[in-house]
Formats: sequence, structure tokens, C-alpha cells
Amino acid sequence: MTSAFRVALIFIAFASLSVAEEEITRAFTGAKIFPITGDPIDSGTLIVRGSTIIAVGKNGATEIPEGAVTVDVSGKVMMPGLICTHSHIGQVSGGDSSAPIQPDVRVLDSINVRDASVRKARAGGLTTVNIMSGSGHLLSGQTIYLKLRKGETVEDLMILDTGGKPRGGMKMANGTNSIKTAPFPGTRGKSAALVREQYIKAQAYQKKLAAAKEDPGKAPERDLAMEALVEVLEGKRVVHHHTHRHDDILTVLRLREEFGFRLVLHHVSEAWKVAPQIAAAKVPCSIILLDSPGGKLEARDIEWRNGAELEKLGVVTSFHTDDPINDSRWFLRSGGFAVRAGMSRHGALYALTMAGAIQLDMEERVGSLSAGKDADFIILSGDPLSVYSRVEETWIEGKRVFNLADPEDKLCAVGGEGAGSPRLTNMCCFDFPIK
Amino acid sequence: MKLFNIFLGLALVTAAQAQLAIQGGSVHTMEGPAITNGVILIKDGKIEAVGSAESITIPEDYQKRQVPVVIPGVIDAHTTVGLSGILNIDADQEQLEKSAPIQPELRAIDAYNARDPLVTWVRNFGVTTVNTGHAPGAVISGQAMIIKTHHLNVSDSNLSPFSMVMGNLGSKALASGKAVPGTRAKAVAILRAELLKAQGYLKKLEAKDPDKAPDRNLRLEALVAVLKKEVPFLITAHRHHDIQAALRLAKEFEFRLVLDGASEAYQLVDEIKAAGVPVIVHPTMMRSYGDAENLSFENAKRLHDAGISIALQSGYEAYVPKTRVVLFEAAMAAAYGLPREAALASITKGAAKILGISDRVGSLAPGKDADLALYDGDPFEYTSHCVGVIIDGASVPVAKR
Repeated sequence: MTSAFRVALIFIAFASLSVAEEEITRAFTGAKIFPITGDPIDSGTLIVRGSTIIAVGKNGATEIPEGAVTVDVSGKVMMPGLICTHSHIGQVSGGDSSAPIQPDVRVLDSINVRDASVRKARAGGLTTVNIMSGSGHLLSGQTIYLKLRKGETVEDLMILDTGGKPRGGMKMANGTNSIKTAPFPGTRGKSAALVREQYIKAQAYQKKLAAAKEDPGKAPERDLAMEALVEVLEGKRVVHHHTHRHDDILTVLRLREEFGFRLVLHHVSEAWKVAPQIAAAKVPCSIILLDSPGGKLEARDIEWRNGAELEKLGVVTSFHTDDPINDSRWFLRSGGFAVRAGMSRHGALYALTMAGAIQLDMEERVGSLSAGKDADFIILSGDPLSVYSRVEETWIEGKRVFNLADPEDKLCAVGGEGAGSPRLTNMCCFDFPIK
Repeated sequence: MKLFNIFLGLALVTAAQAQLAIQGGSVHTMEGPAITNGVILIKDGKIEAVGSAESITIPEDYQKRQVPVVIPGVIDAHTTVGLSGILNIDADQEQLEKSAPIQPELRAIDAYNARDPLVTWVRNFGVTTVNTGHAPGAVISGQAMIIKTHHLNVSDSNLSPFSMVMGNLGSKALASGKAVPGTRAKAVAILRAELLKAQGYLKKLEAKDPDKAPDRNLRLEALVAVLKKEVPFLITAHRHHDIQAALRLAKEFEFRLVLDGASEAYQLVDEIKAAGVPVIVHPTMMRSYGDAENLSFENAKRLHDAGISIALQSGYEAYVPKTRVVLFEAAMAAAYGLPREAALASITKGAAKILGISDRVGSLAPGKDADLALYDGDPFEYTSHCVGVIIDGASVPVAKR
């Protein structure tokens, strides 16, 4: 048997298995379940058919369909897959510093989904991520929302809208990271002026597009940057805005007021200083918890109580890793530290899941454990907000994408020889989609 | 003379804080099993007595304080706080001088800013003693020193003004372009050459004829301290082959090596153990990139299990966050298999031993400095708070976070 033939046979075997997987119904019984959109269930049952959750309830009170595979997870804890609203995994890149505003750049054209960072994120319990380019530009490119399915290409991980287009937002930034030498702005005033100028151009382009609907002859020449900004103006693409200092936060709110784009504030280090203004604007926040303040002037006043302060005023607040700033494997720790600083336990778990789903326009599909939603969940050894708990399994759309009991996966979770390699030690040539 | 002594005595008593009795639900002395319902008596800045509540009578004039958990003041065996300032601008970054690859003459005492907010930041979580100084990034970047975190000036009774010479083997210590050293082998070669020079210098110093005494050389004086084993030579090395190079150098020049970082140490457990070298393990949550890409969260556990002396560290951070907190790193090591008491020891007694200050700090025993960290729960748990810090018997204000 030639090796090529052998490989082909293996692929056929796995392909047929994958068809069978679609039909499987699994009942996970006995775990403490945090559905997030409902009260915690001390001993619960979660039923998954194919890629979808079909029921969540109390053990014994939830009917297990005939033929379902029962998985006893007594003593474990289950919650929705974690959603990171701001990540740089997959060796992502965006704008190239040739100009401060680059809406034409798509990060999807740069992502390596086989990078170790993606595997580590699965080990951390992340199932949905917003992968973005950095903050060294006023606008560094179009972000992409990915499900961390065990795929081989970025296409395998994309989340498509009804029109078949990959979903994502737009990354913007203000403050010192994007202040540099020309053609970049040298001051905060200039930063805002450059952004306003671009949005005004986009408004004009948008008008031409509208006119062309009546008279196709009036259609402007295609402009990739303007097309993307029009998507922003029309609310199809949410602006994910890096901002730290209280005055920079207010500048972003002012720009949103002027141009009407949909907005999530990111980092928001000084949120505790302007929480009422953020709440009044009804703008959600994606925050980070750092082991210390500083590293730059703007992060000097960052506080762990940002979560508590925003929660108090009803702001939809998610956490993010900003991986590699915080490794994805420590994501749950953000929730623990937010609770330490006064956030409610429910608020912290919500911020790790449902709040992110809302901010990425995916609340219909992910973020909580309820019938009809994607079967994206994690199984933990204990309380999600304890340092001693470990993510044992990560499931996406009914498929297990991380299993701590598997030596290859454990290497991703804990580290060790070969953990940093883009290829796993014992698996040189291909990753099977299913284990 | 007698009168003078009396005056001195009075001065000390006046300067010292009120005598304290700390009543802990759980007291980790690090000298034995944790004491449930323990009491620590503090007098004149020192620990007077430690024991169970039944065994200790609290004198009437002692101020009492009750807390759930007491541990010795936390020791960070390797940090750069006070040198790598909070703002991360040129004006507050003193941890690395790149003008030459080997500069052991750079003293930490000349660089440490005791009032940088990050010193206060780590103290707020119970860190009372730091071994701080020049950062990795040069073959020898300078010296470290040991100071308690309540001092506002460097002159205030350092535990050690010169605790270690700080070295680094690995890609971070290599120069770019055509500058030296461009390769690992060259880095070791220039280090050996410098140590040889120091050997020659030492010989001259030891010559009995004062006329033959060499001119003073600050660089070689610092290396002579290493060769005479007056201070250890800390070498930050992450790759297994860099660790081996450090072990090879220690054997050749017979200095007291302290391995630092040592991401891949788990691959060299037998060699490190045979060499009798302690390891100040990288922060558990250190980013796994570059030379540290193969780090394991179980590294500390595996070294400890093999009987190697370990301490944990906050290390050096170049960006955000600007420092780690060694308590959190020990917590994560405990979560990844390092036994709880061993994890506590890695930031108290074990760290004190490696730093050579265990006669003063690191455990709660009569006669030792009264340095305590107080918590409202398991110090390692995310949701617990440090609620009190006592250094030299005095309560230091704590901003509870």
C-alpha cells in the first residue's frame, strides 16, 4: 500500500465519521451548569444534537432522547464557550504603517489558523474570537470574527453572514499608540481631524452609491477603503475602538455622535472616571484586566474595578485577552479579578460569554446555553472563577476541539517541549478535524 | 558610654511601632505546618513569639489585629521594579544599558527609584522584600540589590546593596547588526574572556606586595566578588542549551550560579540537580514566545519534585503590564501542581534562602524581622485580598485591591 493511498483511506474513514458526528445526540449529565441567560443549575443536563443545543435543564427533569450518548460529567462545571472580543492570535497583521487610516486592509488575509496561539486559545476555553490588527493606526483594518473550529484554513473558522460574507468589525484607535511622525498624526486634535475627514469622504461616497441605485451611470469607481467605511456608516460593521484615557474615551463618543457608527469601546482603562458618560451613550465596553498599571502613560490609571463600575451603570461589558498581552489560557482569570474588585459573579461570567456575543452581533447563536444555540461550551474541573480550576474540554458546534486528557492537547494547555512549534511534536503533516 | 547606650535604646523604642499581636485564622510560619488560630507577637520590629492561641499569652499593652490568613512578607526573588518605571518612557527606564555587553559595575543602588508607583503596587499585595536590579538583555547587565518595599530611599538599610551579578545567555542578550556578541558562542566567549581577566586581577589583588596591587577596576572588582563567591552570578537562560552553557561556565570558573528564567529547565532536571544550582523560575504566566516558547506551567513543580531549590519571580516586563506580581505567579504554579506549601515557600523561605537572607526574613520565627502579609482568604485565590502589610514591625498602609 503506498503511503498516499494509506493517507487517502484515512481521510475517507474520517470523512464518514464526520457525517456520523452530525447525527449524534449527546446528553451531558450531572455537571453544575451556568447557562448565563438562566439561573445556575446545580446538577444539570445539557443535550446537544449535531451542532446545536436542544435542551438545558435539571438532571432528571430533562428528557434524554432515545439513542443519545450519555456523557457523565458529574462533579464538573459547564458554561458557554468563552468569547474574546479582542485578540491578536494567529499571527494577525493589518495596516502597514504607510498611512494612518487603512480601511481597505482585511486581517482575514493574514491569519495563520495553524499557529500555536490558536491551539492555546482553544485550551483556554475560547470558542469565538474577534481577531484584530494592532492599535498603531487610527484605523488599522477590518477585523474578523472566528469560531475556533479545528480547521485547516481561515475559511474553516469564519462566521458567514446570510449573504455568505465573513463577519467582522473595524479596528480603530486613538491616544498615543497611533500618534507618530507624518503621515501619522502628531497630536490628539489632529488624530480626530483625520478620522473625521475620512468619514466625511465616506458619507459623500455613500451618497454617490445611493444615487447610483436610481441611475447606475452615476456609480463611483470602486474604492475598497470607502466601501468598508460605508459599511461602518450603515452599521454593518461595528467599530472596535482602542482607547484608554478618559478624554480619549469621550473623543470616541463624540465621533460616534457625529457619524452614527455602531461602537464598542476597547480597553477603556479609565472607564471608572467616565462611566456615567459611557452609560448615557449606551455604548458597550470590552475591558482588560492587567497584573499592574502602566507600561505606557495611558494605562497608568487602569483599575480592576472598571468591570464593577460599568456593571453598576448597566453598561454591556465584556472582557478580552488582547492575546498576547494576556495569554488566552488565562482568560477566566479576568473574571476572577473583576469579582475581586466588586463585580458580581454573574456579571463576570456574563462578561466572559454573553456580553461578547452581543458586542459581536452573535447573541442569537452563541454566548449562553439554551435550546437552539450553537453547541459551544466548556467543561471545567471546578468553579470558573477559581485559580485552581482547569478547562478540561472545549466544544464548538457539537465537536470537541480541546481535550485536556489528550497528550497533544495537554501540551497546548500546559506548555512543554514543542509547545511553541507551529506543528505539534508527534503530528507532522496534518491535524485531523475530529479526535 | 553607658549614657550613650541608654539614649540609643530610648531612640529605638521611640522609633519602633506599638507592639503588635496578630491573630490569624491560619498562620503559615514556613517553619512547620500551618497553625490554625495562631498568634504572632511583634516587639521592636522583630518577631517575639509565634504559636497557637492557647500557647501564647498576649500582653495587655499589645495592639491586637485579627485576620483570616497570615504568611511571611512575600519575597520577590527577581524583579526590576524601581528600575523599570511605571510610565515606560526613556526617563524612567533604568534597567538596561546597551553601551557594552558586559557591565557588572552598574550598581542597582545607583538606579533604584524607591518611590516608583510599581514598588507600592507590588507591596499592596504583600510583597515586602525585592531582589531588584538590572534586567536581562545584555551578557552582564549590572548588579542587583535587596531592599524592603517600605523604604523611601535606597540608603535606608538595604538588606543587601549588592546581592548578585546579573547575566543573560540567549537571544535577548545578543546584539544586532555587526555588534558583539552576534551569536551565542560569541557571548560565552566574551564572558569567559572577562572572567579570565577577573581571575588575573584577583591574583594581583592577592599578591602580598602592596606595590604590585593593580589599579582599581570597577568592572573586575564586581567579577572578583563573583569569583570569591561573595555574591552569586545569576544567569537568565531559557533554552536548554543556554542553561547548559551557564552550568558549563559555573563549573569552569567555580562561581555560585543561580539559574534564572530557565523555561526549559524541566529538560535538564538531573544536570541542574547534580550541579546543586538553585533556580529562580520564570513567572508562571510569562508569555511563551521566543526563547521561552517551550515554557511549561509545570516547570516549578517538576524542579521542586526533583529536589531542586526554587523561587518564583515577577521578572522583567517590557510593556503592558509593566510588572507582574510574584504572589500571582506562585498562585498559578500552585494551580499547576506545585504543592501549596512549596508554592508559598517559593515566595518566602525558599526565596530567602536562595538570596542568602533567611536569617532575617522569609519565615515567622522569634528573632526574625517582623515582615508579614495578611489576607482575607487563600492568598492564591483570585478573589482574596491583601488586607495588611507589616514591615519591620510597622503597619504599612495598604490600598486594598
